[in-house]
Amino acid sequence: MNQNAQAEPVIRVRGLKNQFGSHVVHQDLDLDVYRGEILGVVGGSGTGKSVLLRSITGLQQPAAGSIEVLGVDVLSRDEAARETLDDRWGVMFQDGALFSSLTVRENVEIPMRSIPGLSPTIRRDLADLKISMVGLPYLAGDKYPAELSGGMRKRAGLARALALDPEIVFLDEPTAGLDPIGAAAFDTLIGNLSRSLGLTVFLVTHDLDTLHAICDRISVLAERKVLVAGSLEDMLKVDHPWVREYFHGPRARAAFDGPTSDTASGEE
Amino acid sequence: MGQDIQVEFDRAADGTGDVLRLVGRLTVNTVTEVHAKLQGIELHHPLVVDVGEVSRMDTAGAWLLSDLEARLAATGRTIEVRNTSPESTLVLDSVRRAMPKKEEPVPGPRGFFALLEATGQAVVAGTGFLLELTGYLGLFFARLGRVMRHPTELRLTALVAHAEDVGFRAVPIVALMAFLIGVVLAFQGSAQLRQFGAEVFVVDLIAISVLRELGILLTAIIVAGRTASAFTAAIGSMKMREEIDAMRTLGLDPATVLFLPRILALLLMLPILGLIANIMGLFGGALMAWIDLGISPSMFRARLIEGTDAAHVFVGLVKAPVFALIIGVVGCHAGMQVKGNAESLGRMTSNAVVTAIFAVIVADALFSIFFAQVGL
Repeated sequence: MNQNAQAEPVIRVRGLKNQFGSHVVHQDLDLDVYRGEILGVVGGSGTGKSVLLRSITGLQQPAAGSIEVLGVDVLSRDEAARETLDDRWGVMFQDGALFSSLTVRENVEIPMRSIPGLSPTIRRDLADLKISMVGLPYLAGDKYPAELSGGMRKRAGLARALALDPEIVFLDEPTAGLDPIGAAAFDTLIGNLSRSLGLTVFLVTHDLDTLHAICDRISVLAERKVLVAGSLEDMLKVDHPWVREYFHGPRARAAFDGPTSDTASGEE
Repeated sequence: MGQDIQVEFDRAADGTGDVLRLVGRLTVNTVTEVHAKLQGIELHHPLVVDVGEVSRMDTAGAWLLSDLEARLAATGRTIEVRNTSPESTLVLDSVRRAMPKKEEPVPGPRGFFALLEATGQAVVAGTGFLLELTGYLGLFFARLGRVMRHPTELRLTALVAHAEDVGFRAVPIVALMAFLIGVVLAFQGSAQLRQFGAEVFVVDLIAISVLRELGILLTAIIVAGRTASAFTAAIGSMKMREEIDAMRTLGLDPATVLFLPRILALLLMLPILGLIANIMGLFGGALMAWIDLGISPSMFRARLIEGTDAAHVFVGLVKAPVFALIIGVVGCHAGMQVKGNAESLGRMTSNAVVTAIFAVIVADALFSIFFAQVGL
């Protein structure tokens, strides 16, 4: 399926420049994300992975460059275009970013409230469905975010991001702070959802296991731009000090050589 | 924008099977409409749902079909979804797998016994709270005694910093508040006393009320609002970031490092603030008495010295250290009750202020009774 998927970039970033004061984070950054793929964005601390995510989702105004998502110019979009775009993407923040005064179910219902004519009972049932789809028990819907564990909060955050069947989901460090079992389960969840719902996933991560298990392509942020982009095999051949250290370090070897075929089983 | 869906229903004449044909977009935008239409159709027979002309089906649409399947299956009827596109099949399958089973949350106890239990728990919690506060007060005194035996353990820099924050920076607000209270007392008092031609007693009114009660009480209330919240916020955010736990593992005693300098600074500063409030209150009162009643400053002073016993100043200021202890202990205790999230920090901070102000007023009332009994 990757053949025709390659044709259509759903996210197109060109010449992006971000700076804070005199500190330039991105310079001439180009990035393409294709429909239906899971893109992993990696890079050292402070290379602006989260800033890139925030720029694409319009939370951070870049100094220069153009960003197109699903054919809409993010930087100059008007109010109407913005609203349709908000329904077509979902963002999962690092700790879920659930509204703490609402239960999990109410959190998931929030995006659905913008749908005209959706009846409250159906909205509630759909919220329960999303909660179940991300692998949370039914009764978790009645709980408040503070009563959930970190992994459950992330799942609930994902359920809210998926509430309106977005075409693109942005995930900020989905497995950070989870134990290996929880992280592997989350990887599998993202892979399955992506395949069954046709999601395009933009995923910022540090987790080598995640890259290995579910990512179709990897973009490496270094030297203020996307240094290389390609499959994991491509990454292993890149001759750049940071990339080599990242993909050939002891942790990488453990992640790639280990018996992780069960989490990777979904890939053709 | 593409929110159209058509529902066509054909009932087979021989009762062998009904056909439900959906045409258009079966999405979250149209699901309510389809759901309502299905409610109006009696589904008796084996049902075929033809989705061959559904241009797009999202999880909401798939939920509708899965829900229909589940409801019909519960009454023993069969349903067949026909002509699904490859994408719809994937969505439908994952929704079918994920269809949640409704569970009833375990209901809590209700009625008289629940009320009784809640009351009992509130009483126990309240008693526990008072005991804990007493415990913190004891902890403070224990550490104070220890520091007196080993003066090197006192964090002098922290003490001075807190004294500046608690005392020096509160001077403008306390002085202004006391000045205005003096002005108000003089103004209101003169209006009443003028009716009896007893204007000169406004001096006694101002002196006794400011020195005995208002100066220190209002200072303590302002400091409770300012400082108890600051203590709770500072200690609570340290608690949230596990700094307190880190201290314990490093062999630092939070009571010595955090509570002692704060409460001690408050203990030293509140009497000084009370004194400033007294002076400013008298000053404001004198000014207003001069403007409004023509009582000159020298006359005010003469009347003040002649008519007001120094015991009033003592009765006022002796309360200051007690109020300081209350405010400091409540603030530190509330800070230590903060849990790992930001809401509890906010809740404990406002709790600290309310508790501190309330406790200060209760203590003031007890002092009043006490001084009345001993005749001071």
